[in-house]
Amino acid sequence: MIISKKEYLMPATEHEAHENVEIEAKSKPVAGVTVLILGTMALLLCIGLSISFGAADIDLLTVWSAVFSFSGEVTAHQIIQEIRLPRVLGAAIIGACFAVAGAIMQGMTRNPLADSGLLGLNAGAAFMVAVSLAFFPGLSYKYLMLFAFVGAAIGTVLVFGIGSMSRAGLTPMRLVLAGAAVSALLSSLSQSIALHFDLAQDLAFWFAGDVSGTTWDNLKLMLPWVVISFIGALFLSRSITLLSLGDEVAIGLGKRPGLIKLAGSLLVLILAGIAVSVVGAVSFVGLMIPHITRFLVGHDYRWIIPNSIVIGSLFMVLADLCARMVNPPNETPIGALIALIGVPFFLYLARKGGRGF
Amino acid sequence: MEHVLQSKAHKFRLILASSFALLIFTFVFSINTGASSMSPAEVVQTFLGNGTNQQNLILYEFRLPRIVLSVLVGMGLAVSGCVLQSVSRNALAEPGILGINAGAGLAILFFVTLIPTGVLSAAYFVPLFALSGALLAAVVIYVLAFKRQEGIMPTRLILTGVAIQAGINAAMIVLTLRLTPERYETVALWLAGYIGTTSWDYVLALLPWMIIILPFVYYKVNVLNLLNLGDQLAVGLGVDLEKERRLLLFAAVCLAAASVSVSGSISFVGLIAPHLARQLIGGKHQYYLPVAALLGGLLVLLGDTLGRALLGPTEIPAGIVVAVIGAPYFLYLLARSKV
Repeated sequence: MIISKKEYLMPATEHEAHENVEIEAKSKPVAGVTVLILGTMALLLCIGLSISFGAADIDLLTVWSAVFSFSGEVTAHQIIQEIRLPRVLGAAIIGACFAVAGAIMQGMTRNPLADSGLLGLNAGAAFMVAVSLAFFPGLSYKYLMLFAFVGAAIGTVLVFGIGSMSRAGLTPMRLVLAGAAVSALLSSLSQSIALHFDLAQDLAFWFAGDVSGTTWDNLKLMLPWVVISFIGALFLSRSITLLSLGDEVAIGLGKRPGLIKLAGSLLVLILAGIAVSVVGAVSFVGLMIPHITRFLVGHDYRWIIPNSIVIGSLFMVLADLCARMVNPPNETPIGALIALIGVPFFLYLARKGGRGF
Repeated sequence: MEHVLQSKAHKFRLILASSFALLIFTFVFSINTGASSMSPAEVVQTFLGNGTNQQNLILYEFRLPRIVLSVLVGMGLAVSGCVLQSVSRNALAEPGILGINAGAGLAILFFVTLIPTGVLSAAYFVPLFALSGALLAAVVIYVLAFKRQEGIMPTRLILTGVAIQAGINAAMIVLTLRLTPERYETVALWLAGYIGTTSWDYVLALLPWMIIILPFVYYKVNVLNLLNLGDQLAVGLGVDLEKERRLLLFAAVCLAAASVSVSGSISFVGLIAPHLARQLIGGKHQYYLPVAALLGGLLVLLGDTLGRALLGPTEIPAGIVVAVIGAPYFLYLLARSKV
């Protein structure tokens, strides 16, 4: 079937014009502020709960005093300061990273199925982690993070490069399939490295996702990057909203889509790279949170991005809490737990066929 | 017209013969590759019955079953891919991508975790487990991708397959983390598509499936040709669409499940072989099914042989080699396709 270019484009632009009006109407600042405030309160409560729950139960009052009047002589305070606090903060930050990366990707590519896990970024990062474990064992966390970045970049370049090579552009289907194939390729390579260097089960733990190992050092290392990226994302949010209406709209309003996409991709790389280097290959967070956020606060990325930070953190803290509560004292891998929710969510989106974006 | 048909048949024989020659060539190469090398002369000597005990052992107990199994598995996966592509009218359908391998993998993992070693004979029961897992995954994907008004949309089928695969993988991770290192090793090798631990038992376990299903699929070539044309045309020409589709899907799933149960999870063969075959000989199933089967066998044998030859003492599982060749090819097809 041959469709002339004009015919092919016409319905799309009409649809966009229609969507434009709809999106203006769907921007909900009141909802945005409300969700932001309620979300932050819920997040703080869950962080408190998460700290108090564990092998040694600690009540919330002790948690409060451990944070605000720390005393080195109380064992509970030490557990909180050394183990639980970094862990829960790590979970929160990582959830936010995945969520914001997902939001940026979905807005930029206008693709409702975009997610760092599905698009091969996680597999790329995992591949480079395997490389570093095999060839540079005992590497410090700082360099492991760097490797994960490079890997995420490899994954992104492959998927987006291939996805955009054809004239039909980055359809959801194409992006997901390219992601699946790139993931298959990169995980095959990681597997062969793992088999050759006898790392298989180490790497499996890493693939499963694990927040338990987060330390203050990790947090100190990642925090500046995360903060800079979040500020960058907020700064970019208006442009992303315009881009989510289509390149033509953005150009019409004096924006340069290429530049926005470049900046956005860089942010995605940093955020996803950090998150994957800390918890391992966790999928679906970046897919789900932006959808939930869009449902709550409308289609304006100036509200979506800050709310994604809060809701992403909340989600990850809750997931970590659940992962510890399912089968104590064993921990269920958090990546698996999230997939349990993520798969039905993805199926629901796939059934809608990418509409309702 | 007659002339065209004749030249097509001629081309078909030519392609069939040359792929067969390539297969024989790889076979010879494969026999000589491995931890202990045998020269072609030694191989011939051993075949003629003049080999030492050690040479007999290597040839008849290690190399030959492995080679035969590789070829059979490749054929099974390739034909399964052909059928899936025609039935779903989606050029990117493949047992691996559609989550059928993952379903089989989960079932095998249950086998390894739940059933103590030695209670049931692995060579014969693992295929049954794999089959039930693959069928279950296929049914779940079919049901989830089905919408009453629209039937099965190719896009939705594949997206559903990817999602189910992600879900199954997550479940597998939970199970594998609890395994002891030795058992984990078994599962990891299976997941990577390793044919090395084979014996004639595995060949015998796979053979009945192949003997029943391959001729059945070939018997249905005309139905496949019609399904490929599109639903309306097929119905117009008197095909009981849903029945045939289910029957063929069932055959494809059985074939894929039986194959991966003995070889481990090998993806992309079901994708590459049909595509290459179609490019060589065109879309008529009576021509391209046999070519695809041969190419599939060739591909897995090549993957296994290269895996043995590449990294010295470590063997790279065939599944990994095939994925490293197959994924870029898949991406190339994806970039050219119009989905």
